[in-house]
Amino acid sequence: MLAFVVRRIIGLVVVLFAITVLVFLIFFSTPGIDPSARLAGRNPSPATVAAVKHEFGLDRPLPVRYALMMKRLFISRDLVSYGNQALLVVPAIWAAAPVTFSLVIGAAVLWFVMSILLGLIAVTFKGTVADPIIMILALIGISMPVFWLGEVVNLITQDRLHDTFLFSWVPPLGYTPLTEDPWQWFLHLIFPWITLSILYIGFYARVLRADLLENESADYVRTARAKGLSPKRVLLKHMLRNSLITFVSLAGLDLGVLIGGGALLTEVVFGLPGVGRLTYNALLSLDLPVIMATVIYGAFFITIMSAVIDIVYARLDPRIRPT
Amino acid sequence: MAEFAYEPEPELRLAPGESIREISGRSPWAIAGRRLVRNRIAMAALALFVVIVVLSFLAPVYAHHIAHTDPFVSNLSGTTEVDGKQVEVIQQGGAGLGLGETPIGPTWHANYFLGADQQGRDVMARLFYGGRASLIVGVGSAVICSLAALLLALIAGFFRGWSDTVLSRIMDLIWAFPVYLLAISLSTVLLTTPGGVKLGPITLNASSLWTPTLIIALIYIPYVFRPVRGQVLSVREKEYVEAGVSQGASSLRLMISEILPNVVSTVIVLLPLMIATTVLTEAALSFLSIGVQPPNASWGTIIGDGQELLYTRPWVAIAPGIMIVLTVLSLNVLGDGVRDALDPRAKVRVRE
Repeated sequence: MLAFVVRRIIGLVVVLFAITVLVFLIFFSTPGIDPSARLAGRNPSPATVAAVKHEFGLDRPLPVRYALMMKRLFISRDLVSYGNQALLVVPAIWAAAPVTFSLVIGAAVLWFVMSILLGLIAVTFKGTVADPIIMILALIGISMPVFWLGEVVNLITQDRLHDTFLFSWVPPLGYTPLTEDPWQWFLHLIFPWITLSILYIGFYARVLRADLLENESADYVRTARAKGLSPKRVLLKHMLRNSLITFVSLAGLDLGVLIGGGALLTEVVFGLPGVGRLTYNALLSLDLPVIMATVIYGAFFITIMSAVIDIVYARLDPRIRPT
Repeated sequence: MAEFAYEPEPELRLAPGESIREISGRSPWAIAGRRLVRNRIAMAALALFVVIVVLSFLAPVYAHHIAHTDPFVSNLSGTTEVDGKQVEVIQQGGAGLGLGETPIGPTWHANYFLGADQQGRDVMARLFYGGRASLIVGVGSAVICSLAALLLALIAGFFRGWSDTVLSRIMDLIWAFPVYLLAISLSTVLLTTPGGVKLGPITLNASSLWTPTLIIALIYIPYVFRPVRGQVLSVREKEYVEAGVSQGASSLRLMISEILPNVVSTVIVLLPLMIATTVLTEAALSFLSIGVQPPNASWGTIIGDGQELLYTRPWVAIAPGIMIVLTVLSLNVLGDGVRDALDPRAKVRVRE
């Protein structure tokens, strides 16, 4: 186990290093580009360009530049956005992280509960109309662009039906921190949670159903049935537990991707000031330092998360622990 | 954000309701074709997709001969005829407090069927043109991605050794990035490069559809590369490949006539699901203003444009979304059908 953990961590460090190098090369040495002009934002003054050149050491060799950049991102953390002089990039990301976290965790709770429920219902009612109906709804769920779904939700809850008793309680778009007012925090996030989770509910309900059906003729299921256990007990205590192994490992990765920036579109549509929206605002003004920092932080989060999942997973399930 | 996992079964199996006599003596491709054609749901999905493609490529015909508008030219002072009366395309008032300007809503007539956008352009005509761009980028990137992944997987799996190590490590690195973040990095760099980046005969600049196509193709290569490489590695050990080696066949010949036919079905199964994924990715990038760039329009950019008009003229944003849902849904259903036809028991998953 220890050897596995050590190997996984060494692999992790190598990948993290490679990610920073790749991002650095994309932003700083695409052929035919003067990085100082791009880092300085749109229509920069010559003084800004000169300052940027000096600050990033653009007159020095590539490895030195790389080291300087990493120092500003991880050690001194004083990378400044040139589109928005006052903005310190790294603290801005830390300030936005709780918003993204609130959005993703709530959506994850919804998606876990709903997809397990729908998967179980589909399997239990296999052969009736309920199964194909649930699967068609799931397929529609995974075919919808999340930003479009968010706009439709906004149209209904913020405008068309906002004055009816159904949605008059929906607060305007935006975010209230949990520490400030937990109830408002909850109200603001209900529809973003639903919107973000629909895709995952659809996907995981399909995965779970397929996995459960595949195990229906497995030896351990036949044994459990032969022992005279009730169908409900076989499904919940034996089959579901086994299928959850696949489910949890896939879901853990998706969770990491969402926190690392995948929730960007939902944040933009619902006006939630999270890391994704920070990236989006930077995109609109082509504010490269911010984009570069959010990309690196997002990729770091996901890579570290997947290493943690691998290790926890190996701890829980000795079968997949490589020797 | 998307992951394809495909585990092909080694031998042919019977699909439900199929007898041995129906498949005996036929080639695997003929059997798969028969199964697919008999799958009514998959055929309906294919028909829907074909209709969407045909309508989108008839966009110029619709704009010139039915709507009589040019959906790429702004028309702020024009008028259109509704029930015998001339109505201004951009109307005064209508926004908050009765101020500002509001484009005309759906007329349900040939001209401005779905109304106009802020520039007074015909939304219905833009919808068809947008579909053309979305489909070109979506299908183009999925095909380029699959071909590139197939080629790299053949090289890595056949030669093994250092070429496999290098290619696999590069793929792992691309895989480690969340797809949207990698696409965002590449797009911002390419879009801010004055004059664009030259790549052989192709110039990647802001106005070219090649830019989003190649970016999307690149970020999904590992998702096809991984399953195909695994298969090449196992097929390479088969007796018929050894027989080829003993007959003195060249590496190229072994790859093309022995290995390729045995791994290409994986790519075919993944293709409709890949297109579904790339169409959604294109829409998301264009919505974020880093995909298809003006003057081109795609479904994603039209939804982005419609954001400001959401509460006054919701059809501008809703209509392209419906087109995306129909397209992606038909491809997902078709993908399920193709998978069932080629291999009734194989597992294919698409993760978004």
